Amino acid sequence: MVMESNKLLEVTGLTMDFGGLRAIDQVDFSISAGEIVALIGPNGAGKTTVFNCITGIYEPTAGDVVIHAPGLAPRRINGMRANRITSLGMARTFQNIRLFPAMTVLENIMIGRHCRTSTTILDAILRTRKSVRERHETIEESYRLLAKVGLAEVANEFSANLAYGAQRRLEIARALATAPFLLLLDEPAAGMNPQETRELDELIVRIRADEQVAILLIEHDMKLVMNISDRIYVMEYGKGIAQGTPREIKENPRVIEAYLGEEVHA
Amino acid sequence: MDSEYFFELLCGGLVKGSIYALIALGYTMVYGIIQLINFAHGEIYMIGAFVAFIVSGVLTLTGYGGPTVLLLAAVIAIIYAAAYGYTLEKIAYRPLRAAPRLSPLISAIGASIFLTNYVQLAQTPDFLPFPELITDFDFMEPFSRYVSSVDLVILVVTTLTMIALTVLIKYTRVGKAMRATQQDAVMARLVGINVDRVISATFIIGSALAAIAGVLIASRTGQINSAIGFMAGIKAFTAAVLGGIGNIPGAVLGGLVLGIAETLGAGYISSAYEDVFAFGLLVLILVLRPAGLLGKAVKQKV
Amino acid sequence: MTHFKRSLVIGLWFMFLALPLMVVRVNTLNHEIEWRWANMLWLGFCAFALAWFWRASTERRAARQALGVAAGRPLLAKLSWAQRLSDDPALSRRLLLIVAAAALIFPWVVSTSQNFYHVNIMVSALIFVVLGLGLNITVGLAGLLDLGYIAFFAVGAYTYALLARNFDLGFWTCLPLGGIMAMFFGIVLGFPILRLRGDYLAIVTLGFGSITKIVLENSEELFGGAAGIAGIPRPDLFGLVLDGREKSLYSYYIVLALVALTIFVTNRLKNSRIGWAWMALREDEIACVAMGVDMARTKLSAYALGAFWAGLVGVIFAAHNNFINPDSFTFMDSAMILSMVVLGGMGSILGVIIAALALKLLPEYLRAVAEYRMLVFGAVMVLMMIFRPQGLISNLRRKYERAPADESDGHGK
Ligand SMILES: Nc1ncnc2c1ncn2[C@@H]1O[C@H](COP(=O)(O)OP(=O)(O)OP(=O)(O)O)[C@@H](O)[C@H]1O
Ligand SMILES: [Mg+2]
Repeated sequence: MVMESNKLLEVTGLTMDFGGLRAIDQVDFSISAGEIVALIGPNGAGKTTVFNCITGIYEPTAGDVVIHAPGLAPRRINGMRANRITSLGMARTFQNIRLFPAMTVLENIMIGRHCRTSTTILDAILRTRKSVRERHETIEESYRLLAKVGLAEVANEFSANLAYGAQRRLEIARALATAPFLLLLDEPAAGMNPQETRELDELIVRIRADEQVAILLIEHDMKLVMNISDRIYVMEYGKGIAQGTPREIKENPRVIEAYLGEEVHA
Repeated sequence: MDSEYFFELLCGGLVKGSIYALIALGYTMVYGIIQLINFAHGEIYMIGAFVAFIVSGVLTLTGYGGPTVLLLAAVIAIIYAAAYGYTLEKIAYRPLRAAPRLSPLISAIGASIFLTNYVQLAQTPDFLPFPELITDFDFMEPFSRYVSSVDLVILVVTTLTMIALTVLIKYTRVGKAMRATQQDAVMARLVGINVDRVISATFIIGSALAAIAGVLIASRTGQINSAIGFMAGIKAFTAAVLGGIGNIPGAVLGGLVLGIAETLGAGYISSAYEDVFAFGLLVLILVLRPAGLLGKAVKQKV
Repeated sequence: MTHFKRSLVIGLWFMFLALPLMVVRVNTLNHEIEWRWANMLWLGFCAFALAWFWRASTERRAARQALGVAAGRPLLAKLSWAQRLSDDPALSRRLLLIVAAAALIFPWVVSTSQNFYHVNIMVSALIFVVLGLGLNITVGLAGLLDLGYIAFFAVGAYTYALLARNFDLGFWTCLPLGGIMAMFFGIVLGFPILRLRGDYLAIVTLGFGSITKIVLENSEELFGGAAGIAGIPRPDLFGLVLDGREKSLYSYYIVLALVALTIFVTNRLKNSRIGWAWMALREDEIACVAMGVDMARTKLSAYALGAFWAGLVGVIFAAHNNFINPDSFTFMDSAMILSMVVLGGMGSILGVIIAALALKLLPEYLRAVAEYRMLVFGAVMVLMMIFRPQGLISNLRRKYERAPADESDGHGK
């Protein structure tokens, strides 16, 4: 069991309605420091909606989302604006890639630094010493992250011109640029070929070590999930139906039933 | 005395509102299907009025008269408005289906400016006297203080049109296809609906309604001008938003509410600020309740 | 159907469309009907020719692309001259110097003591350059479609006119006040509406613009009503008495300096944390917010800053013309400024300047263009969106240097 003080995110009774549709129903989960946790479930189970609820894109109908940012008191973040949540230290990627297509790869990442810098309009116009320093740091940090995800060569390309797999990695780097303590990845391997998926596998593990982030991951690629997760939560029709280690999940009859016909064993 | 004045205003507002509603239907139908504010819709209405003016002018000057002229003018106006609406969609909007959201809107604004100036150059920038095609009915004499004969025609025609539209949308193939496309264009395409054709049909129907509104309002105000589409368009858009854009009964309700609010504001406060009431209402509704009176708030899928 | 037949159908269709509006003109005064059949034939022919040409050229392009792909050659994106300019700071600096020198000498070349018509025209063109650059911040960089931008111009102009008339304040005192006043309006109006979706925002700003004009027209005692305000003092120069030409030259240099300032400030902002956030917001609002950008603050800053420039240049406009009335602040003016931004290229400083000068100067010197001006603006907006949504000068790739010693910015224009 993980120590209470190590918890980074605790979600209890999370519920989200869209009109008459209950997309998530009383979901509980938590993540502790240093963990890689996967959230799996069939299409339409409500996984992405969970992400949207805890990152402030939607305001949950009910439940509590509490984050324990390192060094800060625990905070309930239901209904908080998305940008506040990101600056508290929780960053995400999107299932349907949402880069800034007409900006270069480097600029995409630099946006991630926005909430960690404070150059004002006046600073920028007068080009104060602070703005020059911050600009410099932003560029350096962005290049560092680009190198980490293997995109340094294409730093000055428009992000729209990147291949699919590269765009996914760019999204990860952009999220990392916000200096999170918890990184949320929504189907990072979707659309990648096996080779790219294998590299992604290593990348995620490496990111956890180097950047000291915990990772919450939605993924359909079971091999990837089983390989890298410490714990797995399973959802179906908006409800949490199982949780446990990869081994436990693989043998859980309810999970096998939910995935009827799909490959759970890896 | 006071309540009589109020009643007078109320009737005027109702008539005006029913016209707004007719134009608003075109906005709402198009928005429901392709999420575009068809900024040039007001110009289609203006073109309808102009064509009616030209047809009736030609017929009157060649010696015809009476209700046949009105009918013929209205029919030709409807045909032409529909043709312009159809062409507008093909040229200015269809190539931009996949473009970022603001691109078709800018294109629509451009089309609106283009059409206004096209009519101004092809015809005249001046105000033209619209012929009195609707003659006074004798039986309306006692009520003429509140509702003129023209007003009566307007109320009857708009009511009939709206009933026809409801039937069309509820029970015909086109109508069903339109509703399906409105709910989920991708799904509609998958089940074999020709979405392009549905969109064209929407533009044609919306433009026809606008043309009817154009003929009616021109008969009421007795004059037309190439610039009338702008204001009418904005007002009708306000009506559509007021009712909840994309929502057909909402457009009718919004039109009536706007017409009445505007007339009351003009009657009790100041007629110079009539348009300000409409704009003020638009701003208020968008800020306070963007989903409109009858609309449902939907969350964007992420 | 062959191309020919299809094009023929299109030609006939347009002839049909043209029939009532372009052919018949009813003169209600002397009861005559004018038939202009030639118009219909012309339109039909032009539509046919265009359609035919268009189909042929798209087919040829498709064939060439297929060929290129088959030969295994990637379609190399041609480097535009603007991109090359942007990549080479030395070259762009040299060009900038030349343009600046030309702008400084310009009024002395084209004006005599009797005739300074061209200078006055240039002043009004440069006023629109500043307006275009200001709106470029709001629309081009931050992607907030503002259809009532001209209202902020009006705020600046009326601020000066009223302060000068009622309190005898001078031009130089009023210049910043006009900008600040417009910015204030921008913030007050902007605050409640910035949460709105893009297209709704456009309509609401259109509403604000129209309300402003109606209010100006209808309050006689405060704003002079439809007649406007006359006798607005020209800019003062240490109390010197200037003759007509000198006044124009003075206005010219003031607005030129403002153009330079606008370019300088916009360029710096564009290459800063603020500008990146604006552009990201334009590209994808949700992703931008999820990356920690405060949407309300970022939008408001773009909106207010755009308003600020309009207010500043509004003061100059009032001073240069001596006279203002609500007719200078119509929706068509907002639309014209918008088409400058659209034509020039969203966010491109150089593009917007070129577009503003072209759209303002061409109608002045070509009478034929003047008549069809708004028609052309409308068509330009539609065609640009379809064929070149990125504008004349497309989005340039900005590069960022890493070396600590080198503090050069992305030198993007
Ligand atoms: N904004 C929304 N409005 C209405 N319904 C929504 C919205 N977002 C999601 N839903 C519905 O909620 C349910 C859960 O969707 P969600 O995207 O969370 O599933 P998911 O588990 O991420 O599936 P997938 O594996 O396909 O990504 C679906 O039925 C979806 O249609
Ligand atoms: Mg999902």
